[in-house]
Amino acid sequence: MTIDLHAEFGSAAGRPALPKERSHKRLRSRRFWPFLVPALIVLTAITVVPWAFTLWMSVREFTVGGTNEFVGLANYARLLVDARFSEAIWHTLFYTFLSVLLPLIFGTLAALVLHREFPLRGLVRGIFVLPMMATPVAIALVWTMMFHPQLGVLNYLLSLVGIEPQGWVFHPATVIPSLILVETWQWTPLVALIVLGGLAVIPREPYESAEIDGAGAWMKFRYITWPMILPFLMIAVIIRMIDALKSFDIIYAITQGGPGTASETINIYLYSVAFSYYNIGYGSAIAVVFFVLVVAISLAMLVLRQKLHWNEMAGAP
Amino acid sequence: MIVAGGGSLLVRRLTLLLSVLAIVSPAILFFLWMLSLSLKYEIDNAAYPPVFFPDRIAWKNYASVFESNGFLSIFWNSVIVTGSATLIALLVGVPAGYAIARMKATKMAAVVLIARMTPGLSYLIPLFLLFQWLGLLGTLAPQIIAHLVLTVPIVIWIMIGYFETTPMDLEEAAAIDGASSWQVFRHVALPIAKPGITVALILAVIFSWNNFVFGIVLAGRQTRTLPVAVYNMISFEQLSWGPLAAAALIVTFPVLVLTVFAQRQIVAGLTAGAVKDG
Repeated sequence: MTIDLHAEFGSAAGRPALPKERSHKRLRSRRFWPFLVPALIVLTAITVVPWAFTLWMSVREFTVGGTNEFVGLANYARLLVDARFSEAIWHTLFYTFLSVLLPLIFGTLAALVLHREFPLRGLVRGIFVLPMMATPVAIALVWTMMFHPQLGVLNYLLSLVGIEPQGWVFHPATVIPSLILVETWQWTPLVALIVLGGLAVIPREPYESAEIDGAGAWMKFRYITWPMILPFLMIAVIIRMIDALKSFDIIYAITQGGPGTASETINIYLYSVAFSYYNIGYGSAIAVVFFVLVVAISLAMLVLRQKLHWNEMAGAP
Repeated sequence: MIVAGGGSLLVRRLTLLLSVLAIVSPAILFFLWMLSLSLKYEIDNAAYPPVFFPDRIAWKNYASVFESNGFLSIFWNSVIVTGSATLIALLVGVPAGYAIARMKATKMAAVVLIARMTPGLSYLIPLFLLFQWLGLLGTLAPQIIAHLVLTVPIVIWIMIGYFETTPMDLEEAAAIDGASSWQVFRHVALPIAKPGITVALILAVIFSWNNFVFGIVLAGRQTRTLPVAVYNMISFEQLSWGPLAAAALIVTFPVLVLTVFAQRQIVAGLTAGAVKDG
């Protein structure tokens, strides 16, 4: 549609004969560039410049009010032998794995119910998404009180069903699972919303013909709903994974990585190194490695998604 | 039709009702408990077994938060940081979303996505040093600038999605009539985009209001925002649960209200990016 319009401008300008497609694209771009420039300046200033700065600092011994000298890859080499860092990687992977899996399961189930018609659906959805929109620090504070071993409501509830009191976030063995519980409570709604988006675009016809063929509820789910929502589940996995990897607020506000370092993820360790010990050079190296890790995992998931999608298309009749 | 049905209509309806109840109960019970903690006296909050329905309601917990030293200035800090970061993001992000949608610059959209993937902390080390050298750390400017890392990509992302769905016929007609690109944007595209801008505004406000990590690094005592102030209360200022829970509820209350009333817009905004490339 726009192309015709710009072709006119193109010929009026009397430019040399470029391949048609390209010249259109160029003109279209030129017209819209001014709208993009302010955002580009802002984004460059707040993301690209800091990133360049981070890379530069990561090859220096750099402490606030202390040394500042070039050390090559020493900071990165130090990461390899830093036991606390490798421990943080394991914590992060464990935390991320369950913080993706559990919301995925509960979110899908919730979406299947919320998709149906019932009174006050708008209000129910509004309440349902509250955990993910509420201020994380405020949430963390109430969870901390609920986890309290003596006065917390959770141990009281456990006692009602005859389970002995737990240490929750106050014991090294249970701290990460407890934090995963909070993360799952918080982010199940996001998965549900994404799956709901998928359910909304499924046409009625396949279900109707399946019913005529006498298919039961499970068969309809397995062969119609599931394949149709699978691409959306993949998106949910990717988004959830990125967010869980960089999770900070909840962990920091509830445990600060403790007890000891039992719940210290990469992000929390990065914070301690940079802003508690003020070891900027080493902190920057962690930031770089962390960023590479997040992007690598995200890209791997995107590639996987493309492959699955392709197979699914190929397998379709 | 999707969840296992069968049985009579009544049984099915009852099953649905119970399922819906099961789904919203984690949220409802949590926030009710938060409210309960915030309205109980110290003695009830410290009781075991827990007191679910107190005999006396401790309104003073809320009074003590509002009257506490600096609450008003902290609240005001939050308003200024969120307001400025949202306003700037709309000013630069709406035109950018428009341009990317019209240029069909998918690569540019991917760059916005990378900004979302990046851990916020990794921007903070250099920004912290930069602001320190510039001598800005005693002001709100560092937080406003850092919050742009959140708000600008959200606004651009939502506006790309929105402008992609708005028809271009009117814009083309205006361009043929001799309107400049700016006039087309200002008088044709922008008025149609109002619902999209509302969605972007709501989400930018919520994300900025909730942000904690930029605050703990960049805020000083005088420039704290509400989430940072609440966190500081946990760590050393306040040990009794009632006022703490009241403070937590006050901080998140505007967001809760906005979420329940603008549920439709929020859902649309959050799923826009996800569903778009699905």
